[in-house]
Amino acid sequence: MHKISRRLFLVFALAASALAQAQLSIEITGAGASRIPVAIADFLGDATASRIVTATVRSDLERSGLFKLVDTTGAALDENTSINHADWRGKGADALAAGSIGRSPDGRMEARFRLYDTQKAVSLGGAAYVTSNEMLRAAGHRIADYIYEKLTGEKGVFSTRIAYVVKARGQFLLQIADADGQGAATALTSTEPIISPVWSPDGSKLAYVSFEKKKPVIYVHSIASGQRHIVANFKGSNSAPAWSPDGRRLAVVLSKDGNSQIYAVNADGSGLQRLTQSAGIDTEPRYAPDGSSIFFTSDRGGSPQIYQVAANGGEARRVSFEGSYNVSPRPSPDGKMLAFITRREGRFQLAAMDLATRQVQVLTDSHKDESPSFAPNSRMILIATEVGGRGVLSAVSSDGRIKQRLSVAAGDVREPAWGPFYQ
Amino acid sequence: MNKLLIPALLSALILGCSSTPVPDENGAPVESRTGGSGSGVAPVVAGGVDANGLPRELTDPKSKLAQRSIYFDLDKYDVKDEYKDLVAAHAKYLVDHRGFKVLLQGNTDERGSREYNLSLGQKRADAVKRSLVLLGAKEDQVESVSLGEEKPKNAGHDESAWAENRRADILYKGADGRGEF
Repeated sequence: MHKISRRLFLVFALAASALAQAQLSIEITGAGASRIPVAIADFLGDATASRIVTATVRSDLERSGLFKLVDTTGAALDENTSINHADWRGKGADALAAGSIGRSPDGRMEARFRLYDTQKAVSLGGAAYVTSNEMLRAAGHRIADYIYEKLTGEKGVFSTRIAYVVKARGQFLLQIADADGQGAATALTSTEPIISPVWSPDGSKLAYVSFEKKKPVIYVHSIASGQRHIVANFKGSNSAPAWSPDGRRLAVVLSKDGNSQIYAVNADGSGLQRLTQSAGIDTEPRYAPDGSSIFFTSDRGGSPQIYQVAANGGEARRVSFEGSYNVSPRPSPDGKMLAFITRREGRFQLAAMDLATRQVQVLTDSHKDESPSFAPNSRMILIATEVGGRGVLSAVSSDGRIKQRLSVAAGDVREPAWGPFYQ
Repeated sequence: MNKLLIPALLSALILGCSSTPVPDENGAPVESRTGGSGSGVAPVVAGGVDANGLPRELTDPKSKLAQRSIYFDLDKYDVKDEYKDLVAAHAKYLVDHRGFKVLLQGNTDERGSREYNLSLGQKRADAVKRSLVLLGAKEDQVESVSLGEEKPKNAGHDESAWAENRRADILYKGADGRGEF
């Protein structure tokens, strides 16, 4: 216990110095076929604060690939201004948002806005978010989420966070950033590899595999406090943690009984139960969103393929059939799709299977895709891939049309994990 | 506690080393217990210990036991014939030194899923472990783990780099708990 807290102190001291060089930058490399034209008027009120909020809302919506921004130059509107809908229709906007930033009675900032459907000439509603000065971008994300949900009918993911591992100058940094790559903070620094981070369903913890003991050991790490504990450190390798949807258990892969097999364990490390029994490799478990079954990778049939087994074990059913290498299964949070990595002609590419029809679509044309992770709204998939010999993250829409690239200036980025909805 | 134990363990180590035939080419003598080579007295060379507290015969480049890597073919995890002698030498050391432990670290090349590679590396380490145990090492002297593709020996991205990275490494720890892991 003492040892851990001392090490953590060092980690945080190191983290501060590593922060500056490890900011993610995002580049949009593909957009949706039809984008909703939306006008976001400059927020009125405190000029500096307004610039931050307006820019955040605009870049969130644009980055999603589902919206086209309509120029609002010259418009001075806030949430109370009456809107000339015909005017905005004339400028090509289907929707308009207008708002302002003011001081709330307790001295913090308050961002207020209203959203309009210019086609129907009606208000779609509005909201106010109170925030500290440092959190203005968070308010922008909340506003973008509101607009996204009103206009597309599904929840936005702009207020979510992502975790990933940066390898730079011989160090491994487990970082957490906003979904747009901003505000990166280092949760763990190590000279040994860190892989397979996964978010607890409530977003408060990460489980991951760290090699700091010269072997793979599974930890659960509380993000806010930095406290962490070992979940599995059995003889042999301990890896591939996956949270059950209720956050109480983890599926893990242990080699303690002679071969990589899947077990379930309580989040505190108690209550170990073996789930698979095979002579081959069983690994990469992921719970289906309803918690009833687990998808995993196994070479029991001679080549690595994806299988599905009941959450408390039993007979496994093969899920992938095309090709000789299908790994890293990730069911979408809505339960409709399965993302995985397939090898085609020596290239490792992201693919998605429609779980109802079993149709498979390859979503990328890259050659070294790894570690897919769904956004909580199931619309985008974050992967690690390689561009110009460097590890970068790429977000791909589940239909393969929209693509964004996230990279760090001086290092490899890998092992992405998209966090749950803002709570 | 540790301070009290060290002299006892050191002498145990020295006794341990001298009780097995030490190859002639096995490193420079660090200490000569006879203090000279008078006629009719066979000089005894105590192996001494390296920076990790391990006997030099495990780390001296001239010793066979300093060879710690076993290489594998693509997608394979059987120990090739050319490494049988090396594995046998390490097994013998473990048989002769029951207080010693080894950690076997399996590795893979960078292609494919990190977690799947971790399991593949585990199979390689397990294969070496099976050989060691078959040759007399005790189960509790040997732990096999995997580093997957995470610790490449060669950071390159071509076949020669990949071949170097498909590997199991042997790390030693002495009875006093000091060593390489």
